[in-house]
Amino acid sequence: MGKIEIKNLDLFYDDFQALKSVNLDVEANKITAFIGPSGCGKSTLLKSINRMNDLVEGCRIEGEILLDNENIFRGMDVNLLRKRVGMVFQKPNPFPMSVYDNIAFGPRTHGVRAKSKLDDIVEKSLRSAAIWEECKDRLKKSALGMSGGQQQRLCIARALAVEPEVLLMDEPTSALDPISTSKIEDLALELKNDYTIVMVTHNMQQAVRISDNTAFFLLGEVIEYNQTEKLFSIPSDKRTEDYITGRFG
Amino acid sequence: MRSRFDEQLELLEEMLTRMGELCEVAIAKATRALEEGSQKQAQAIIEADEEIDQMEKDVERLCLKLLLQQQPVAKDLRRISAALKMITDMERIGDQTADIAEIIISSKQSAATDIKQIGTMADAVSKMVRDSVHAYVTKDLELAKHVMEADDYVDNLFDTIRDELVEYIRAEKGEHGNRIFDQIMVTKYLERIGDHATNIAEWVEFSITGVHRDGANL
Repeated sequence: MGKIEIKNLDLFYDDFQALKSVNLDVEANKITAFIGPSGCGKSTLLKSINRMNDLVEGCRIEGEILLDNENIFRGMDVNLLRKRVGMVFQKPNPFPMSVYDNIAFGPRTHGVRAKSKLDDIVEKSLRSAAIWEECKDRLKKSALGMSGGQQQRLCIARALAVEPEVLLMDEPTSALDPISTSKIEDLALELKNDYTIVMVTHNMQQAVRISDNTAFFLLGEVIEYNQTEKLFSIPSDKRTEDYITGRFG
Repeated sequence: MRSRFDEQLELLEEMLTRMGELCEVAIAKATRALEEGSQKQAQAIIEADEEIDQMEKDVERLCLKLLLQQQPVAKDLRRISAALKMITDMERIGDQTADIAEIIISSKQSAATDIKQIGTMADAVSKMVRDSVHAYVTKDLELAKHVMEADDYVDNLFDTIRDELVEYIRAEKGEHGNRIFDQIMVTKYLERIGDHATNIAEWVEFSITGVHRDGANL
């Protein structure tokens, strides 16, 4: 049984079908990469896992997504779901407030008030996101003064602060330089010991480097889902082979 | 799409074909030199080995460049890594033809017995080398398998020739012993060339299927 089980998922934006009968199990404590050309549905599926498509007008979803065997579309509180399933976006999006307040924001929303408890959470989250040493002396300064790579790790720390089980990452390094990218990749490898990570990436070498399993999407369908090493060495579908070897289209 | 990369892969195939042809020519020349006891021909083989060594370096450089620049995956990665393995065997084939040439130079005499069978063996291994490289270029799995099967024929020829030469020594009561021994060595080198061609064919199979019969997977 996967941590996340996606069963016969169809997703429509009005008349347009963005996901077609997607079936996919995400394993716990693994990094699962979603790859595919733009518009193939990979980000749509990622966003569905914490119900971010709920706000999109005209969006209709059929099928199931189970988190620990519980259907996220039926009777699950969205706020609780998003506490369990955190999200990191393509562009770092720190709130215009201090480093400390960025991290404390989520726990405060969930009712944590005691300063000592918040201090602990802030330090633990920043340490887990491998950025504590760089910002421990500037916790009260604005997060907007940090570099892009630091901001992205701050956003990861912010996601970790509410103690999620799953981290969704939507092209988390596409706006970063190689050194920051490498730090985020190392961090993801560390974090998978404690979290289940699903990552959308356009960087196939990144998928090869860090993911355990990879799903290849095309026109809203999962064409192939396999162990990353297998998918990138002996893909079973010609469309996968054409895409990953750069001969697509 | 990827036209530059495809052009580079075609160049790699051309270089491997050229290297295979050099190996073939070296085997043919070695046989002729043995038949004719030609020192001049033998010397030419040693020089040809240097060209094969140079080709190995050139192909290796191209493969490393492709790995670095193109970061290949799937069939492209298999093709390039197979090529890297194949050239090691081709280089050894070049060395072994040079070893045969050195025997011819040092013996300074023509063969003691009828060496028609050695010629047959040389033709067989030469075809194996040609077919194995051709199988790579044309991605022909069946041809690669034929090469692997042909190795049994070459091994049998080796056993037959060796037994005949041993019998010859016995009948001649040790006469021409040195020369017969040289011929056994030549036969052994040809048998080893057959093994290298088989190795090449096995890497061709890997490049097509992703599975190597000795257990390497990619």
